[in-house]
This record gives sequence, C-alpha cells and structure tokens, in this order.
Amino acid sequence: MARRAGYIVAAVADRTPVIAGVGLSDYPKAPHLDATGHHVQALRRALDDSGVRKQDIDGYATVGMMGADEAPTLAEYLGIDHRWFDSTMTGGSSFEFHVQHAAAAIRDGICDTVLITYGSDFFSRMGRVLGTGGFLQRAQRVGGPGQFEAPYGQTLIGSYAFAARRHMYEYGTTSEQLAEIAVGVREYAGLNPLAMYRDPITVDDVLASRMIADPLHKLDCCVTSDGGGALIMTTAERARDLRQPPVYVLGAASTETHWYIGQMPDYTVSGAAECGPVAFAQAGVTPADVDTIQLYDSFTITVLLLIEGLGFCGRGEGGPFVAEGHLRRGGSLPLNTDGGGLSSCHPGMRGIFLLAEATRQLRGQGGEAQVPDCSVALACGSGGWLSCISAVILGKEHP
Amino acid sequence: MEVRTVDGWERPIPDGGNVVGEFWRAAAQGRLVVQYCPACGARQFYPRLLCTTCGGEPEWQEASGEGVVHTFTVVRQNGAKPFSAELPYVVAMIELPEGPRMMGNVTGCPVEDVSVGMPVRAYAVRIEDELAIPFWEPA
Repeated sequence: MARRAGYIVAAVADRTPVIAGVGLSDYPKAPHLDATGHHVQALRRALDDSGVRKQDIDGYATVGMMGADEAPTLAEYLGIDHRWFDSTMTGGSSFEFHVQHAAAAIRDGICDTVLITYGSDFFSRMGRVLGTGGFLQRAQRVGGPGQFEAPYGQTLIGSYAFAARRHMYEYGTTSEQLAEIAVGVREYAGLNPLAMYRDPITVDDVLASRMIADPLHKLDCCVTSDGGGALIMTTAERARDLRQPPVYVLGAASTETHWYIGQMPDYTVSGAAECGPVAFAQAGVTPADVDTIQLYDSFTITVLLLIEGLGFCGRGEGGPFVAEGHLRRGGSLPLNTDGGGLSSCHPGMRGIFLLAEATRQLRGQGGEAQVPDCSVALACGSGGWLSCISAVILGKEHP
Repeated sequence: MEVRTVDGWERPIPDGGNVVGEFWRAAAQGRLVVQYCPACGARQFYPRLLCTTCGGEPEWQEASGEGVVHTFTVVRQNGAKPFSAELPYVVAMIELPEGPRMMGNVTGCPVEDVSVGMPVRAYAVRIEDELAIPFWEPA
C-alpha cells in the first residue's frame, strides 16, 4: 500500500464532523458476496457517493463477529493508511460508537477523513441461527461470566423477552402495542424495493405469528440477512468540495449498562436514558426537534425501551405512545424509514444502516419514504442484549 | 438446598476454574452462595475476583435459597442441543432476598403457571462429584 509521506494533519478551519458519504452493499440476500466482498462493495459505493478519493482516507473503524484481528486485517486488506483506528465491539451499536469516536477524532485534528465499514454474509453462510440457533456444542465447557447463564438455555430472543415481560408487568404494556411497532416498520418496507419482507401486516398478524420466546412472537423479531455498509466522515470544511450535502454530527453519546442479560440493572430501562440526554445536550436540540428516528429494531421491545429512554415519551408510557401511531409513516416521529431490521435487513450488527438511512433522509434522498422537512434525525443503536446503547443526532444545518 | 442427581448432563458445563468456581462446588454441597464484600457491605452475583462497588475482596455468604421470579420467558424455539429436545422451558431471573438476581430455570410446574412475583425455592442438580447446577421450583 502506498503510504503517506508525512504524518502532519493539514490545518483545517472548520473541523465540525460530518457524514459525507454513504454506501450500502447488496442486501438482503447476496450469495455472490462474502463478508469481505460486502466491505469492498460498500466502500466503493461510499467513495462514489461522496467523491472522496480512497487515498485521502486517514482514519478507519470497523468491527465484525469473526475475531479480534478482523479490524486490523481489513485495514490491511483494504489498504487503509490510517492514523486513527477504532475496532470498538459493542454488538449492533458498534457503528454508532464508531461515529461518536470518529467525530471526536476529526474535531481534535487526529485525522481528517474516516471510513467506517461493515460487511456480513451471515444469512448466506449461517442461515437463521442467530436468534435461537445456539452456538454452544453439547456438554461444552464454558468459562467466564457466561458460565452462569449457559446451563439454562437462554436464547438471544429470550433475553429481550425478559425486558418485554417485565415492562408488561410494571406498566401494563400489551403485545398489541408492541405489534404496532412491527406493523409501522413493515409499511415503510413496502416502499423499499430491496426489503426482505414488503407485504403489509396487521397487529393481528403479529399476534397470530408463532411464539418464539414469550411474550415475543416471530413478527416481533428482526429478520436475518446479508448486508454491509460504509460511511465516510470528514470535516465540514472538506465536505464543501464533495458531491453530497453534508450531514452534521450534532451530538453523540454512549452507555453500557451491562453485557450479559442477567446483569441488566433494570429490565424496563435502557442505557438510552443516560446517553440520550447527553447527546441532546451536545446537539442543542430536544426530542421535539427530531423529525425521524432510526432505531435499532432487533425486536419490537428494543424500540419501546429506546423511545422511552430517549425521552420521546415518559418512562412506562411507550405502549400507549406507540399505539397512537406516532412512529408510522405520516406520524410525528417516523421510525425506520427503510423498513428496519424488522422487515428489511439485519445481517447481525445493523447499526450502520441506521446512520445511512438518517443521512439519506437529511439529504432529502428518501424517495417515497422521504420524511417531509427533515432537518434533524436521530440514530440510536442497541448492542448485545440491550447492553450498549449509542445515540447519534444528525442535522442538515451547520451547528 | 436439596441436591438431586441426574442421568446424563448434556447442557453446557461451567468450567469451575478460578475462585468463582466455588459457586458450583458449594451447590454440590447443598449451599446456594453469593458474594459479600466485608469492606463495603455490597452483595453481588455473578461471582468475581473483586467487589464491583469498591474493588474489595469478596467473601462467600450462604443465601436462603428462596427467591422471587423477577422476569422470565418461555423458550419455545432453540435449535441447540440438548435444549431443542426440552422445549418449552422457562428461563427466569430470580431475585434473592439477599439482593442479587440469578438466571435459572423454573421447573416443577407447567410453563403457563410461571408468573412475575412467583415465589420459588432453589434445588441443585449434581452433574459431577464436586459440581452442581442450581435450579428453581415453586416454593
């Protein structure tokens, strides 16, 4: 790889961090691509989208589920000569964490142009094992904190069911209210020609779908797919010479409340209740200013805990709030305008798609799914088992 | 707590290594234990090499073996063996009167009978000479 001669970052007057480029690789099913192929295709599309030259990238963040050396291996493979690097792994929210970290690095002058990539051939390689397939072998020895959960046969979906059950117990939240989230996201999937499932569904359809882990039905759960994405971040100054209207990072904050589901401090409260207010304070906006939310919808209950934590409604009020239709197309707070993980694509770690869709909306490139007068969008990832939450507030006006 | 035996354990097995493995060895002797920090008084589960509150060195303390279902699910789909042959089953978080919560299975009643707030009592299933796994059943 051709290496840069010097290590001095050019003095740039306006270092406000922006998202300048977005690329998604083929989804939801892409048997012609392996994971690396997704990274490469998404990277090329983000370069094309932004007009950034590959050799101008001087920061890189990525993460996968294949091992600790996946990130430096990819940096080498892709030929990224980075002076700033991040492989933070918090599950599906990793890419929101990456944007938070990259925004700080750009602002501080550690680097000028950051590439973030993700790629997964999960569906083509593994099928639908993620939610309830289990990864442990029969009678396998388990060490570490996992040994205190592994003997009991908990599944990923069952872990989220813990939150749903407790929320129902404390606040009277109903399966019908949770189902409303899946119904609204499916309506947007109908507008996305690439979405995995596009036919409209009703609350009754969700309730009639098979129970996977009480109280979560099949249609309360996200899909399993292939897919990947790339983001290019840079300074507002550099973005002036690029192809797309810049999308400004107004605020970004993250919280880990636990990793293993058995350690969740309060099954009805996500870390969004901590990092959400911090991100809003940084951004200088309030929940009422947000025009669209792109939230991690691994399960319907994930969305409910995130909207409560972020302050779009009060604690425990998520059920009635959702039932009023706010999150639907035409509502006050349209959710997951690309069809989300519930209906469009979920390759294992979906966080990058939230940022890509928020960017598309703020650029006014949402097509039929465009939210009118969209100037502030919030992307909030949830990784692990409601464990690591990261909120990124984006805007189309320079802060 | 009562220690029972089982024929053929095919579920994952705790490695029991390091000081935290004492939890499983105590269960084989009929004791359900949590950690207690003599420095700050905090109790915790899962067991660790340090107190998560003050960083002190925790000691073991026997719990009553009583608990209440804090939240739960009925697992109806799990492709992993041997669980796939045991469906449906209840996975719950049990809140102990001593404070900490533990994950476990609630057995000994139909899955439909389990509810949040239900009182339960621990028993242990011995899977090796010095290693037993706590379970829960209606109190």
